Amino acid sequence: MSNAPIVNDAEIIGTDVTSQPTPTATSAGGKRHRKRFASLRNAKSITGLVIFGVFVILAIIGPWIAPYDPSAITNDLLLPPGPQHWLGTDHLGRDILSQLLVGTQGVMIVGVLAGVLATALAVLIGVSAGFLGGAADEILSALSNIFLVIPALPLIVIVAGALPNAGNLLIAFVLAVTGWAWGARILRAQTLSLRGRDFIEASRANGESTWRIVWFETLPNLTAIIASSFISTVTFAVLTQTTLAFIGVTSVTDWSWGTVLYWAQANGALARGAWWWFVPAGLLIAILGMSLTLINFGIDEFVNPRLRLAGLSARRMRKTGIRPRIGFTAMVRDAPTAHGPAPSAVPVPAVPATPSSANAPEASR
Amino acid sequence: MKFLVRRIIFYVITAWAAITLNFVIPRLMPGNPVQSLINKFQGQLSTSATHSLYVLFGLDKKQSLWDQYWTYWGELLHGNLGISFAYFPTPVSEVIGQALPWTIALVGLSTIISVVLGTLLGTFIGWRRGTWMDGVLPVTTFFSSVPYFWLGLIFIAVFAVLLPVFPAGGGYDGALIPAFNTEFIGSVLQHAALPAITIVLSSVAGWILSQRNMMVTVTSEDYVTVAQAKGLKERTVMFDYAARNAILPQVSGFALSLGFVVSGTLVMELVFSYPGIGYSLFQAINAHDYPLMQGIFLVITISVLIANIIADMVYVFLDPRTRQEG
Repeated sequence: MSNAPIVNDAEIIGTDVTSQPTPTATSAGGKRHRKRFASLRNAKSITGLVIFGVFVILAIIGPWIAPYDPSAITNDLLLPPGPQHWLGTDHLGRDILSQLLVGTQGVMIVGVLAGVLATALAVLIGVSAGFLGGAADEILSALSNIFLVIPALPLIVIVAGALPNAGNLLIAFVLAVTGWAWGARILRAQTLSLRGRDFIEASRANGESTWRIVWFETLPNLTAIIASSFISTVTFAVLTQTTLAFIGVTSVTDWSWGTVLYWAQANGALARGAWWWFVPAGLLIAILGMSLTLINFGIDEFVNPRLRLAGLSARRMRKTGIRPRIGFTAMVRDAPTAHGPAPSAVPVPAVPATPSSANAPEASR
Repeated sequence: MKFLVRRIIFYVITAWAAITLNFVIPRLMPGNPVQSLINKFQGQLSTSATHSLYVLFGLDKKQSLWDQYWTYWGELLHGNLGISFAYFPTPVSEVIGQALPWTIALVGLSTIISVVLGTLLGTFIGWRRGTWMDGVLPVTTFFSSVPYFWLGLIFIAVFAVLLPVFPAGGGYDGALIPAFNTEFIGSVLQHAALPAITIVLSSVAGWILSQRNMMVTVTSEDYVTVAQAKGLKERTVMFDYAARNAILPQVSGFALSLGFVVSGTLVMELVFSYPGIGYSLFQAINAHDYPLMQGIFLVITISVLIANIIADMVYVFLDPRTRQEG
């Protein structure tokens, strides 16, 4: 949900999407190379990526570094955190830290696998809808809108509930089938706006095949949006998988963070004041979710330069005594600010420093 | 009106798709859930109930799939969603009828509060960039990354167990008889407070963020600059020029993310043992009560569709472009 409503409802209002990634692939070769991972080179993205990386490592080594067998029943019932059990034990004396460490694997596998599958579906459907146009577009957009409107959780509950002991792979598959629609919608809108641009027209005039135009002209310009929709889907999958495990739809003996919460809720951890049982699992979900949101913020700011400049130039303007309110996107970095407190002096379309940071193309469209 | 007609056609297709999904899913599932359920209720099910089960689950081998589909529609149009197993022998429609008002009151009100609050806050944060208000963003990010139900657990632990200010669960005080008097309504409000606060807190973040981003985008448009240059009052520029245009994607976003919000709040009801539809869904899962699960899925989907239609009407009201012909 975090990045979704930024995009205009292109179909309804009939306008272009607000976010326009810069067609870097068409600029000069050297610049292209330098810009490739620009979306990941800002503080927010890096923080997010580092945290995400830690979780990936935990998912891989978790079962080995877990101090106990997560399902081993002992006599240490409901111990608070201590030197023996760093995060305490549950009502059967099972070590909660071990449960969380082993559970990380399930969460990450479901999240990433669902993300990959759903993004592949979204690219397939979104880009084809945008490119084909006409009746195919109508049908494919209607399909993705239907999947958007139908509430996913009850649907997943029905499917998972009817499949006893649904494993991680199956859950990931179900999540992918229900979670691709946002991505498809955003990709379709973006493809529509790319389709009419000059460089696509040029390659069509050159006689390039549609296949080649899609793969080598369009998709590289959609990279940021594809990445962002992948991240959103992983967030959705992690939250939904945890919720499913929490309500006990998936197998309660496969450890995941939601399973820990399921046992905590089922055995009255709240009433017993056993905070160590349910607080850490939720915090892990929150931290993983935060890291994904941060990565997406970075991508959003890359895609929509206005967002990137918003905080930055506003702070700079405030220092020079201008109250930042309106029209400062195309501000020249060292513009003279001696004209007094009139912010309207700023937005006269100044020549931007680099073509990629400007919103000029869309303003003139 | 072309816009509305298009949308209504879309909703009819969506409703058909949801109903058909509901028909197809049990027929794709392996095994024979009906037989195990009939065994469980040995002798308690009448022949017609058994038959209607077979029809609902698509295991009536004498019928072709096509005929089954039509029978299914016939049952649905007569309001017959089957018989609940968990509340045997109450019909599913009755179980849902009892739970639905609770959910609509709680989820509906808290969603509206959350959208209005989030949009207002987003407008201010988007307008006053570079001030302390930017600090609200990381906080909202945190709340939007947390699963709804976990926030509910924490709130119960703090405000019901640690500091017993609010009741930990339920829709009303069990000692009271449901009636329209001040005592009962007071009890209902007291029980609804904690879930409502949790829903608002966990969903408001998304609305703040999207409205803020739209404000940032809209305020760099020329007409906002012109309005400012004309010397209009700042309030006028902010609300009548910037926010008024920034709110359009918010309305269409509302329609589309409603399904997500509703999914989150269903789990909330479970955490608070709130006697709404989410709680019934949870009980249906535990009891393997397939007719109830499917009935709830249908009702939720139809409610979300109705909310979407309302959002579209608001959209038409707000955006004159949709009212133009051609």
